[in-house]
Amino acid sequence: MSTSAPSTDDVWLVVPLFNEETVIADVVRDARRTFPNVVVVDDGSSDGSADAAASAGAFVVRHPVNLGQGAALQTGFEYARSVPSMRWVVTFDADGQHQVSDVLAMLEKARAEDLQVVFGSRFLDDRTTPSPMKKVILRLAVGYTNVTTGTKLTDAHNGLRVISRDVVERLDITQNRMAHASELVAQIGQMKVAYGESPVHILYTDYSKSKGQSLWNSVNILVELMFR
Amino acid sequence: MNTLLIIQVVLIVVVILVVARLFRSRGARAQAIRRLGLVVFAVFAAVSILFPDVWTRLAHKVGVGRGADLVLYALVVAFLSFTVTTYLRFRDLETNYTRLARRIALTEAPRPTDRDDDGGHHDIPR
Repeated sequence: MSTSAPSTDDVWLVVPLFNEETVIADVVRDARRTFPNVVVVDDGSSDGSADAAASAGAFVVRHPVNLGQGAALQTGFEYARSVPSMRWVVTFDADGQHQVSDVLAMLEKARAEDLQVVFGSRFLDDRTTPSPMKKVILRLAVGYTNVTTGTKLTDAHNGLRVISRDVVERLDITQNRMAHASELVAQIGQMKVAYGESPVHILYTDYSKSKGQSLWNSVNILVELMFR
Repeated sequence: MNTLLIIQVVLIVVVILVVARLFRSRGARAQAIRRLGLVVFAVFAAVSILFPDVWTRLAHKVGVGRGADLVLYALVVAFLSFTVTTYLRFRDLETNYTRLARRIALTEAPRPTDRDDDGGHHDIPR
């Protein structure tokens, strides 16, 4: 399937899915050109998202009810863990914001530098252009995460991550809602494994903007983190 | 200001203690304390119905003008602890519920070995 040098058969894309019927099939099809293994965790979508993902060739795990993106990620991790040949898990968004080429660069970095985790970052180059307000919120969020988790990252709330099997087996995300990104960073920070960051380009399309989390959500994230 | 100082100190300490305790303790002891608290509350409620001025006398002792104010303060504390307890209980419930739903989802999911050659449907028959 893949023509590039390192095989991608041991890589599993974990895609949390909630009501993305219009784009998910294209996202899965596009990703599968490079990564044959895609597990989509349908988080109780009320539209035809799950069927669209399945027809595009993804393995679909269906939550019987909506549980939240954090819960969907953990379900995807547990599914991928059950595949013996899995070496890497990539968390990938369902709305088409992420680039497959960025994932390849992240995997290459992980292999070359012997890293267990590579986080995607919007702030390592200037390809991504979030709105000024969003930028401020994201900076505050990453500052908070760095202070509370003892990690040094430039963008902690990025959905694109490459995680080795060893780390995936030890992850246990319990924050079902939006605070899972910080929880994931915190758990990886506690493991004392080698991690790095790689520049990624997030496409803020009109579609993703219309669905994107509102800035009010940062308040919710903070509360969820304080009361964990 | 001076007359209110005692109640201010008491209330702040109680608020902090309630929050701190509810954050840490779960299990049999915490439950027992909650139930004892409820019994004390019920007895006191009955007493204050029979002797309404009991609140006023108590209020004067801790430096609050009226019994009604003291009742209000007590209510604030009780409501706060109720809120925190309920939040934590709901969160525990959600954790269990998530595990259950995840197990169902994973059990019903198609296995990687089920993949067709054309990479087509992976749906389980319904």
